[in-house]
Amino acid sequence: MPRLSATALHDVRFTLNGRPARVAAEPRLLATDALRHGLGLTGTHVGCEHGVCGACTILIDGVPARACLTLAVQFEGRDVRTVEGLAPSPDRLSVLQEAFRRHHALHCGFCTAGILMSVDAFLKTTPDPDEHLVREVVGGHLCRCTGYSAIVAAVLDAAAILRGDGSNV
Amino acid sequence: MRAESVAYTGQSLPRVEDAALLSGRGRFIDDLGVRPGTLEAAILRSPHAHADILSIDTSAALALPGVVAVVTGRDLAALTLPMVAGLKVNVENWPMAVERVRYVGEPVAIVVAQTRYLAEDALDAIAVDYAPKPALLDPVASIEPGAALLHDTSGGNLVSDRRFSYGDPEGAFAAAERVFEITVRYPRNTGAPMETFGIVADYDPHEGVYDILANFQGPFSIHTVLARTLKVPGNRLRMRMPPDSGGSFGVKQGVAPYAALIAVAARIAGRPVKWIEDRLEHLVGAVAATNRVTTLRAAVTAEGRITALDFDQIEDCGAYPRAPEPATLYRMHGNMTGAYDIANVAIRNRVALTNKAPTGLVRGFGGPQVYFALERLVQSIAVGLGRDPLDVIHRNLIPAGAFPYRTATGALYDSGDFPAAVETAAGAGRYAELAARRDKARAEGRRYGIGLAAVVEPSVSNMGYITAVLTPQERAKAGPKNGAQASATVSIDPTGTVSVTTASTPQGQGHRTVLAQVVADVFGLAPSDVRVICELDTGKDAWSIASGNYSSRFAAAVAGAAHMAATRLRDRLARVAAAQFQAQAGDISFADGKIVAVGGASAPFARISALSHWSPGVLPEGVEQTIRETAFWTPPELTAPDAADLVNSSLCHGFIFDMCGVEVDEVSGAVRIDRYVTMHDCGRVLHPGMVEGQIRGAFAQALGASFFEELAYAEDGAFLTGTFADYLLPTATEVPDLDILHLETPSPFTPLGAKGVGEGNCMSTPVCIANAVADALGVADITLPLTPARVAALVERPEPAPPEGAGATAKPAGRPGDRTLRGEGSAFVPAPREQVWATLLDADALASIIPGCHGVKKLSPTHFTADVTLGIGPVKGRYKADVMLSDLDAPNAATLSGNVSGALGTGGGAGRVTLTEAEGGTRVAYVYEAAVGGKVAAIGGRLLDGAAKAIIGQFFAALARRAAPDRAGLFARLLGMLTGGHK
Ligand code: FES
Ligand code: FES
Repeated sequence: MPRLSATALHDVRFTLNGRPARVAAEPRLLATDALRHGLGLTGTHVGCEHGVCGACTILIDGVPARACLTLAVQFEGRDVRTVEGLAPSPDRLSVLQEAFRRHHALHCGFCTAGILMSVDAFLKTTPDPDEHLVREVVGGHLCRCTGYSAIVAAVLDAAAILRGDGSNV
Repeated sequence: MRAESVAYTGQSLPRVEDAALLSGRGRFIDDLGVRPGTLEAAILRSPHAHADILSIDTSAALALPGVVAVVTGRDLAALTLPMVAGLKVNVENWPMAVERVRYVGEPVAIVVAQTRYLAEDALDAIAVDYAPKPALLDPVASIEPGAALLHDTSGGNLVSDRRFSYGDPEGAFAAAERVFEITVRYPRNTGAPMETFGIVADYDPHEGVYDILANFQGPFSIHTVLARTLKVPGNRLRMRMPPDSGGSFGVKQGVAPYAALIAVAARIAGRPVKWIEDRLEHLVGAVAATNRVTTLRAAVTAEGRITALDFDQIEDCGAYPRAPEPATLYRMHGNMTGAYDIANVAIRNRVALTNKAPTGLVRGFGGPQVYFALERLVQSIAVGLGRDPLDVIHRNLIPAGAFPYRTATGALYDSGDFPAAVETAAGAGRYAELAARRDKARAEGRRYGIGLAAVVEPSVSNMGYITAVLTPQERAKAGPKNGAQASATVSIDPTGTVSVTTASTPQGQGHRTVLAQVVADVFGLAPSDVRVICELDTGKDAWSIASGNYSSRFAAAVAGAAHMAATRLRDRLARVAAAQFQAQAGDISFADGKIVAVGGASAPFARISALSHWSPGVLPEGVEQTIRETAFWTPPELTAPDAADLVNSSLCHGFIFDMCGVEVDEVSGAVRIDRYVTMHDCGRVLHPGMVEGQIRGAFAQALGASFFEELAYAEDGAFLTGTFADYLLPTATEVPDLDILHLETPSPFTPLGAKGVGEGNCMSTPVCIANAVADALGVADITLPLTPARVAALVERPEPAPPEGAGATAKPAGRPGDRTLRGEGSAFVPAPREQVWATLLDADALASIIPGCHGVKKLSPTHFTADVTLGIGPVKGRYKADVMLSDLDAPNAATLSGNVSGALGTGGGAGRVTLTEAEGGTRVAYVYEAAVGGKVAAIGGRLLDGAAKAIIGQFFAALARRAAPDRAGLFARLLGMLTGGHK
């Protein structure tokens, strides 16, 4: 990474949901602000800005990361994915998203994007998780509305469908 | 008109809200664009719990690039009036401190700048001079005569004291076979929605109009308060809500004072201003539930029948009685006797002000506080009488045939069958199984307990209940206040399709889905044919003071109003259709998207519904347009409090019976929930999936209240829980599964028979769990939250006798939340003792060795001031330090004392430094004790010890370099020693 100047705007280039993207960023600009206000992808939410709630979770090179603890300049050259990139097309939902809808796994939906991103990455490495594991992963997020049970059920259901032994679609 | 077919209401349809939210297309307030030129605000907040503001110097902040305005309390006061409270008390209730700060986190100044980043930069440059005063944190101490005053004009921190008597409590207590008493302290907690407050405000100086977009939830009675504060007529204050809101749980009522602040900031800046609250701001100053000290006595027969209750409640509303407080204290007034048939009640309600953040609506709203006392007492009665708590509950329940039932304090319970609900929940072997599990666990030496709670959940509150804080004479003077008006508008466009708007402000509950279901059923359409828009605009929509989303009003009131509006339109459409079909209106029905007459004539819904637009002339004589209908609904049952102080505080009363088994780990103090059963009667269920979601969500919040959550303050008023690492919310790993049971007794008072359901478990679960832990440990005194440390302390252990004479000198045990920093250590400096001593007393030398120092001024040989930048965890800021040296014993020892203050916090402390000669240099030993407050305490608390050590380490490393600059490689050695030198 080039040496950055605190007061200058840097041209940060990266891949965003599979497409080339660039944003002009001061070194201190948070990744959340760059995504939401710089690039208009407001699906990534900010619940605490200190790394605890998980609402801001995105994938950087396939790995879940807290965007609120990431600087925009750290996107340089990376592959970044956000909730806007989950659905196969604008008028459809992914298997995981559909499962959330079926199970009433969201109320206000403010926490949901972050949970979807964590779970999406998790199911890629762990296609057949048990409830305990799912609770551990969802346990990295705060949801104040649902009480979590429906989220856990949705994740287990989505995993089953993605494995091909689901019955619910 | 034939009876409507109910095809969708009552079913768990997929929510229309979900697809957008799941794909990142939600429209929360910070997702909406703003007008070009909109500025952003950041708020400077008080680091002191109680202090006079001597001066505020904003010049340096104003000189920074991008800063457009800095607004102080005096600027605010010049353009506004103080906010009114629900009480008659002479207290100026400003949304930003004017001359004195009264709680940590109170707004002191607002910076308006081009970006939030620049605005926050400028906060650091505002210099505020405070003169701290003693802080009052405990409501009981604060209302004692002689306590220092928060508000000099209030005549005391006790701002309301009312006594009520219903029936003959004195007689009942005099005749009682037994009297039981319990005192409980309910802690402060909050709803902590995942989305914080957000406001975009603008002011039009020509029309004198404030336009405020905010994720406010209502009640819109606050619109009146805001208009008065902003000194505009109601029609010059337009409030708009974004389409989505990320949870509220009551808390977003607290947006109101900030709406006033940002509105004034926009007026002063001359441009629109946006402010998005951050999490620390939210936890420190948004809205807290009241903490309450309750002493409750019961007169009881030998069989466990309660004949009278006597409540003494002291409510802590924080530093300002902010509207609608003291509503928390009165919302339960009609149902103080809960699920029980108790004829005699005495109540004393006192409201105390303390140096804590103001309180307001939080899910449960008064219920957790009341039921914690009442249901703990019911369990104590059972223990005291040697009876099963289930038996005591049964003995006192309101009987099944008694509805509608008038309580002693004036509520009219609408419907229910409490004994059947309890029997259903405890039956089917459930209670017996819990008992068997307890027996087995206890036989194995484990600590297992059972908790029960029976609770009446009020919903659709009466706007008038709050006036019970006034005496009947005062009320008579002020005029009656009552009602719970809900409104909804149903419209039909020229293509004949149906749209619905309501004066509700959902925060994720799924109201658009339910309204579509209810209205679709009226018109015989599919819910997907009905479009619902819920974002309220006070400039254009039908609303009233009771509008908004609070008191679980939606299902009972708002959905009912939509049903009414739709039904009126449908009845008119039936007459239009009858004219078209040459039939009678009574023979017209609406089903499957068609309007059908008996005999077979039919037309698509849109053909008839659009007629009013295209050919109004064909409407039959006397039938009005079918384009738009607005219904206002208010229940006649909600009358104003009467001269005998009878208060029908809510329209609907659901019932909850909870039952749980817990196991306590004696060593760790961890509590495991083994089983939890919750039985609900919320009347008619409109959407089972959403009802279950509300129950599970409330249960999880209640679990937080039971085990983790407390907005904690240090004794000096420093706020200690400013992050989600300090204020812990339950996660998926802590929330156990839940057995949910239902009984449906439809409310006769609501259009659809529904009652509220969203708050019940916040009222029942904390006390149910507390009862179980009390049963497991055989203790009577339970205080929430039941943190492992607190539970472990409750586990009965043989107490070691204190050693002779040790009592007076024993160090007080560290209080929970005590974040005093204490430390000691030593470091080796490879320089002669005199040189080290001289360096410590030399201003220039100190400037170069104090970490982050920007310059030291020597005011006298023993008094220095310094400007330093310190970073503690996530909080980096500039501070002014004031250091005094005393007890000088050159070159052996000196005491350093002093304090630091800055935008981010304050600290004070003292340390003794001793220098002793050592091989090749000097050993510098130190002990210190320091206290910190403000933002650093709130969010860096857990990191302070480590940070203090690191800073002290840096200090001595620099001292070594300065005192012996020619010795290379010492840094590493020194650090090694430092690490070893700390305890
Ligand atoms: S906003 Fe990033 S973790 Fe909370
Ligand atoms: S759905 Fe509201 S916070 Fe999770």
